[in-house]
Amino acid sequence: MSQVVVKTKNEVMNGTLKRVLSKFGPLIGLILLIMVLTVLSPKFLTVNNVMNIARQSSINALLAIGMLLPILTAGIDLSVGSLLALSIMMMGIVTVNMGMSPFLGILVCLAVGAGFGWLNGILLTKLRLPHPFISTLGTMNIARGIALIVTGAAPIAGFPYAIQFLGREFVGPIPVSFLLVIVVYVIFHIFLTRTQTGRYIYAIGGNPEAARLSGINVDRVLIIVYTISGLMAGLAGLVMVGRVNSAFPLAGLSYELDAIAAVIIGGASFMGGVGTVWGTLIGALIIAVLRNGLNLLNVPADFQMTVIGTVIIAAVFVDVLRQRKSKKA
Amino acid sequence: MPERGQYMAVRTESLLEMKGIKKSFDQNHVLKGIDLDIKPGEVHVLLGENGAGKSTLIKILTGAYQKDAGEIYWEGKPVNLQTPIDAMRLGIATIYQELNVIPQLKVYENIFLGRELKRGGKMSMLDHKAMREEAKRCLGMLGQSPNLVDMQLGKLGIGQQQLVEIAKALAFDAKLIIMDEPTSSLSAQEVEQLYMCVEQLKKKGIAILFISHKLEEIKRLGDRITILRDGFKIETMPVQTTDPDYWIELMVGRSLDEKFPKQTFTLGKEGFRVEGLEVAGAPEPVGFSVRYGEIVGIAGLVGAGRTELARAIFGADPSRNGKIFIDGKEVKIKSPRDAIDAGIALITEDRKGEGLLLDQTLDFNITMANMKKFAKKSRLIDLKGIREEAKRFIKELKIRPDNIELKARNLSGGNQQKVVIAKWLCTKAKVFIFDEPTRGIDVGAKVEVYRLMNELVENGAIVIMISSELPEILGMCDRVLVMREGKITADLPIGEATQERIMKAATGA
Repeated sequence: MSQVVVKTKNEVMNGTLKRVLSKFGPLIGLILLIMVLTVLSPKFLTVNNVMNIARQSSINALLAIGMLLPILTAGIDLSVGSLLALSIMMMGIVTVNMGMSPFLGILVCLAVGAGFGWLNGILLTKLRLPHPFISTLGTMNIARGIALIVTGAAPIAGFPYAIQFLGREFVGPIPVSFLLVIVVYVIFHIFLTRTQTGRYIYAIGGNPEAARLSGINVDRVLIIVYTISGLMAGLAGLVMVGRVNSAFPLAGLSYELDAIAAVIIGGASFMGGVGTVWGTLIGALIIAVLRNGLNLLNVPADFQMTVIGTVIIAAVFVDVLRQRKSKKA
Repeated sequence: MPERGQYMAVRTESLLEMKGIKKSFDQNHVLKGIDLDIKPGEVHVLLGENGAGKSTLIKILTGAYQKDAGEIYWEGKPVNLQTPIDAMRLGIATIYQELNVIPQLKVYENIFLGRELKRGGKMSMLDHKAMREEAKRCLGMLGQSPNLVDMQLGKLGIGQQQLVEIAKALAFDAKLIIMDEPTSSLSAQEVEQLYMCVEQLKKKGIAILFISHKLEEIKRLGDRITILRDGFKIETMPVQTTDPDYWIELMVGRSLDEKFPKQTFTLGKEGFRVEGLEVAGAPEPVGFSVRYGEIVGIAGLVGAGRTELARAIFGADPSRNGKIFIDGKEVKIKSPRDAIDAGIALITEDRKGEGLLLDQTLDFNITMANMKKFAKKSRLIDLKGIREEAKRFIKELKIRPDNIELKARNLSGGNQQKVVIAKWLCTKAKVFIFDEPTRGIDVGAKVEVYRLMNELVENGAIVIMISSELPEILGMCDRVLVMREGKITADLPIGEATQERIMKAATGA
């Protein structure tokens, strides 16, 4: 019997260690990165630059938190970059071209994102397409196509202040867009840890059949997941319009990949069921800090891509090592 | 028979000897000095509770783990098993519970997977003809038709797929085949076929290390049995001259009062009724009823439609026209959610695939089917309430280790099963359908599951148990339904149920 007890303590200790590591692994990476860049560039750790990073990270952070949900269910959403573009083009048509109220424009922007996200969910669950890679690959192209068609590929500029506010303004030194990110992340944290639907998202990612047999309406939860992901694409678009004061049909091109990268660097598992809101935030910050740092160090954009690719692989590899170690013990 | 003489001559020599094998993971000493010797042509049974060290010992033998201390001798010579390839080269093959086959490939391609025969010459083309011939020979040794070689493996039943794996072992001249609970997912006929193959292998002088929890099977096939407990070898003894009760005593370290702690309660009124349920694939509608105070068993061969019936009742698979009554009131069931709301629980056969979230904590697993209960007015979940509830069930069901933060993956099979049962107790279910509730769990945990069933019945629940283990059906049930090809072919009170009558109804003989 003493054997059993030893094993138990051991497992508990391992469990704690593993939890700490998987909770703080990405954070440790971010801190190391900040330390290195602080040493390399005197301009890095200044209020101005930090706020700059916060602002730069916000679009990807909003897309990434939306992306976390599909990934938690062992799915993916490739359409968010295109949905961002379509959302802001429609907002431009409503507010700039048609001169309607900016608040209606914001509503349209979010509704287009959420609506297409809902469609992603319907394609996946009701048409029973085999994997969200396929349904969202389809809507990625459809949405981008429509975004180009609606204005004949022309950009729209001159948005009212109410729309630009989120992406442009500051509260003291802090960009409003980053405050928005914090609020959204807090809401997502509560949603994922403290609501039924949130917990069901983890259950479905862990074992869809067990979830179904436990009375969880899997289709309904998946539709919610993709709708939210689309909604976040619309919100990210709103921030982007404020930043650049225009909407153009090729906006957000391949942004989905940065969002996926942030989620994965933040410790979520591609197999579903594992991943946290805070990990995703850190993942998004790591990417932003890396971009910013490399810019300060005058590293050309092409090299930046190479570095970010390496970081993605390294981050997941560290995770693999950790898993392997904990499995052996 | 010269062949037989030959094998008699080497019989005294050990094929494999393991001495003082030790293995720890960090401070966790799993093997504490195990001796094991296996002779050519014998079926050597390894028996022990989950966690006794069986799997670790086997992993050392197959080169998957490295031993910390001890020696291994193969045909009298010391050997060093560093990798699975070392073990394969010596002639050690393993048939795992989960088969290592590729369903899309043909049978002979599976047999030669990774060791394809090639024609000579620079191009090194595959020699399909030679592989087919060799595959036919190996299948023939197991009494299988040579026509099998060109079949796509995925089209065969589980039993035949397993035989293909054994043929694969023969194709590379295995001298020792390790079989890890090989009959656990086979139908009765397939089990018979496997037994015959084991006899064939014995005659050829091939040794078999056989892991099983099924005592009848051990008695029938085994030559010697080694009992492990808590990382120690307790005893090795001949199977035929010793008593299974004695094995169990050694295995659990105490005498189990009874294998089947059956309690009989006064029979109450009818509490559950199924009428005219048209299950997909079944030839006719099915109906039955269960009264309070009884455990109703559903016996039958694998594939008789028992699981399908249970899933249809539970709304997991679509069915038609059926009526389901609880306490005389009809309940409409279109989905598992409806079933749960009506008070029905289905403890599925495949607990890892259909019951558990392996990477989630125990409290999550236990409360996931009734999360509603923990939603506060604000619609947020009461996390503290969840933990309290989980702790209560862990204590009640004696789940070990008793830590709600552990992931379900880290528990033994028996404890995982208890977590699944806790999940359904948490839904306040009234009707419990157990599908093969003791598959793959050790004798001690089995008894605990049986006791739980007793308690459920005592506390006014309806209990239905699907099982392929006749002793379990006969030992625990008050009434037995027998199914064959989707139909209920017999409804026997326990007094009239005998092994023969059940088998007759199950096979239609």
